[in-house]
Amino acid sequence: MTVPMAILAFLEDRPAHGFALKQRYDGLLGHERELKSGQVYSTLARLERDGLTRGVEIERGEGPDRRVYAITDSGVAELEHWLRTPHAANARPTELFTKVVLALVSGREAGPLLEEQRAVYLKRMRQLTAARHDGDVVDRLAGDYEIAHLEADLRWIELAAARMSDVASRIHGRAEGMP
Amino acid sequence: MSAVLSGHGLGLAFGPTTVLHDVDIALDPGEIVAVLGASGSGKSTLLHVLAGLLRPDAGSVELDGRRIDHLADRERSELRLRRFGFVFQLGDLVPELTVVENVELPLRLTGVARRLARSQAMEILADLAVADVAARRVNEVSGGQAQRAAVARALVHRPAVVLADEPTGSLDTVTGELVLEAFVRAARAVGTAVLLVTHEARVASWASREVQLRDGCVVAPATTS
Repeated sequence: MTVPMAILAFLEDRPAHGFALKQRYDGLLGHERELKSGQVYSTLARLERDGLTRGVEIERGEGPDRRVYAITDSGVAELEHWLRTPHAANARPTELFTKVVLALVSGREAGPLLEEQRAVYLKRMRQLTAARHDGDVVDRLAGDYEIAHLEADLRWIELAAARMSDVASRIHGRAEGMP
Repeated sequence: MSAVLSGHGLGLAFGPTTVLHDVDIALDPGEIVAVLGASGSGKSTLLHVLAGLLRPDAGSVELDGRRIDHLADRERSELRLRRFGFVFQLGDLVPELTVVENVELPLRLTGVARRLARSQAMEILADLAVADVAARRVNEVSGGQAQRAAVARALVHRPAVVLADEPTGSLDTVTGELVLEAFVRAARAVGTAVLLVTHEARVASWASREVQLRDGCVVAPATTS
């Protein structure tokens, strides 16, 4: 979802060809995951088909000719709608939660796996903190986002570790009651 | 590298309650180490023992390889003044003095000239974005500003060791980072070793390693290679 919306936003800023859009995406939003050219062109084709962008000119240069795209009024409306629609809170428990429950169900201790996961998260946090001066302010903002989420995960690990014996007895109580 | 500050087999009990049990810890110059642990795990007590504010029942504390835990009070005070910086949870600034007078105190007490002390104090207050309240009395500034003043005072005399107990506890994330940046700068520029007591992973991630305490004992860290 974010790639088409990113392209619409870039095009609302100014008309551009596919390669320039890819470069802008990678520079601002890529963060260790660059956009594939194929995806740019297939997205542009879909956006044009849906009337959200249109080709405005052919830029002739040294290489192959490049089609320059602009956003349409429907494209602006679509982007506006997406930006202004808050996304639903979606903090569903993750794989780690499942692992903890399954470790307990299968008669294992969950403490060690929590401790190991904690070490991995803390190590990543340390890397992000150490790299805080590496990129520009946009990279920093992306790093801050990840740090804040790791912080939440680490806090959950702390709570889980503290409640482990209660959780274990609940799980086993329930399992025994099952047919 | 040899440790600037180390504790060996530290033990301490308050009455029947064991607060520290056989704790080993060592800080190299320029190193930032986080002490993590839940409330009551012994973090603050460890800091007080390393600072020479509490005498351990067992074990020893060494500064530059020289035992300091059994020195006389006067000698320990002198060491604390010259070689240590402290940030305690309830910033123990002198309420009768202004912010900048508090910060320059460690310099003035060791004979640094007034003007030089003032300029160094102002410089570090500026780093911590509290230069604008330098002339106010401590009770006229916010808790967060007082905490940053306490950090400034702990760093102003370029100590060998800073012991900091929840130094970002009353600060928002952005201001907290100013404090942590100041510790990193001191560690890099002057080789100050920083021991950072915290319960926050975000703060601990500024350290190069962590020591975890549980019920007064050091917990072996999980391996992350």
